[in-house]
Amino acid sequence: MKRRVVITGMGIWSCLGTSLEAVRDALYQGRSGIIFSPERKKAGFRSALCADVPKADLKPYLDRNTRQLMPEEAQYAYMATRQALSQARLDQDYIDCHEVGLIYGNDSVAEATMTALDRFRQTGSTAACGGGAIFKSMNSTVTMNLACLFHLRGINLTASAACASGSQSIGLAWMLIRNGLQDCIVCGGAQEANMYSVAAFDGLMAFSTREDAPQRASRPFDRDRDGLVPGGGAATLVVESYEHAVRRGAPILAEIIGWGFSGNGDHISTPNISGPARSLELCFLNSGVSPHDIGYVNAHATSTRAGDGREAEAIHQVFGSYLVPVTSTKGQTGHEMWMAGASEAIYSILMMQNDFIAGSLNFDHPDEHTACVNVIPETTDTHFDMFLSNSFGFGGTNSTLIIGKVKK
Amino acid sequence: MTREEITQRVNAIIAEEFEVDESLLMPDANVKETLQLDSLNLVDLVALVQYNFQVTIPVQDLPKIQRFDDLYEYILVHQA
Repeated sequence: MKRRVVITGMGIWSCLGTSLEAVRDALYQGRSGIIFSPERKKAGFRSALCADVPKADLKPYLDRNTRQLMPEEAQYAYMATRQALSQARLDQDYIDCHEVGLIYGNDSVAEATMTALDRFRQTGSTAACGGGAIFKSMNSTVTMNLACLFHLRGINLTASAACASGSQSIGLAWMLIRNGLQDCIVCGGAQEANMYSVAAFDGLMAFSTREDAPQRASRPFDRDRDGLVPGGGAATLVVESYEHAVRRGAPILAEIIGWGFSGNGDHISTPNISGPARSLELCFLNSGVSPHDIGYVNAHATSTRAGDGREAEAIHQVFGSYLVPVTSTKGQTGHEMWMAGASEAIYSILMMQNDFIAGSLNFDHPDEHTACVNVIPETTDTHFDMFLSNSFGFGGTNSTLIIGKVKK
Repeated sequence: MTREEITQRVNAIIAEEFEVDESLLMPDANVKETLQLDSLNLVDLVALVQYNFQVTIPVQDLPKIQRFDDLYEYILVHQA
């Protein structure tokens, strides 16, 4: 028998805030987290726009020798996970007596790798990399750190699926819990926010160059979009079986209704329509709900010309004549990449809990490809019980989640 | 560098990097205990010495460095 899977805790470290309350308010007010970075411009970036992600100070919680094993993204993930565990009332005593798993999205460790190898090349000594370098410079750095810090003894897995990593981590957790292989899994996504992590991406000329108006630069679905703005941070969700949550007396925030996924098997960076459409279709098939049950779509739309247009057409293909409300929170946050699937699930749950849809910031006019979807430009007070969240990544990896309010 | 200069520089660097009060870094104090070093963090110390003084401490020489005084002396003898 398949089990129901619910979300009982959320934690966030983003350019919109470092608490759920702050992020909820920022979403409602349509506040942008995007800035111009003089550091990036001086270093030679074509576009010096980025999200303003606050640094995390772990000194009050962890000693130097422990922090030495954690790159920037693991620090964000630690702070987000503390919040999520607290909200889920999953304390250390409980974790120590039960098997709790961990699946987290991460797909780069650029700065940590660069720093260690620079020291090696400068000195000719491998020891100069430092004792923490290997643990900081592996893609699985977030899961290896969090598992050890919180004594998580269930599945320990990093989802590296480009910009779908965070969403895939939630989907994998849903699948394992649904099938009875785990009772409770901490999942999420983390994204380093330093300039080295996106220097090569900037080189592809994929970023918006609207440097004179940073807060107007990320404009998903808009006719005048000219590229994405890189973001970062971390988002954590505690996911468990409904029975497990009830038994623990945990607050049940939402239910994961289903997960769908697909691969484009096509171009490494240019998206298509059929791959994302199949991800949506599989998600509906696995969820047992119909498009008309969905009150809101949180799109992947990153503010690129090709990506937004093809996603709009995929949504239209699946939803047909039903003009479901669609927004992309990336207008406010920029593209949070490895973190995005997890953070956008949280953003959408916050909207669902508080009866609003955050307007798709900077959406002024559609173009011929995005006009087929119902993009909501301004924050709207409205009630919905179920939403769909898309995440797509380089290499043609697609992931779709349907999440809803819990029916007792 | 003189021994006094080495002592001052080593202490300043270690105090900042390992987040310990400089007053704890006494010549007779045990390095591993004072800095709470395990096998991983010990490599950080080796890296610091390598990076800041261009002195390589081979693994077979690590047992010779028990006290901070041993560390100052090692750098003094092996500095370029």
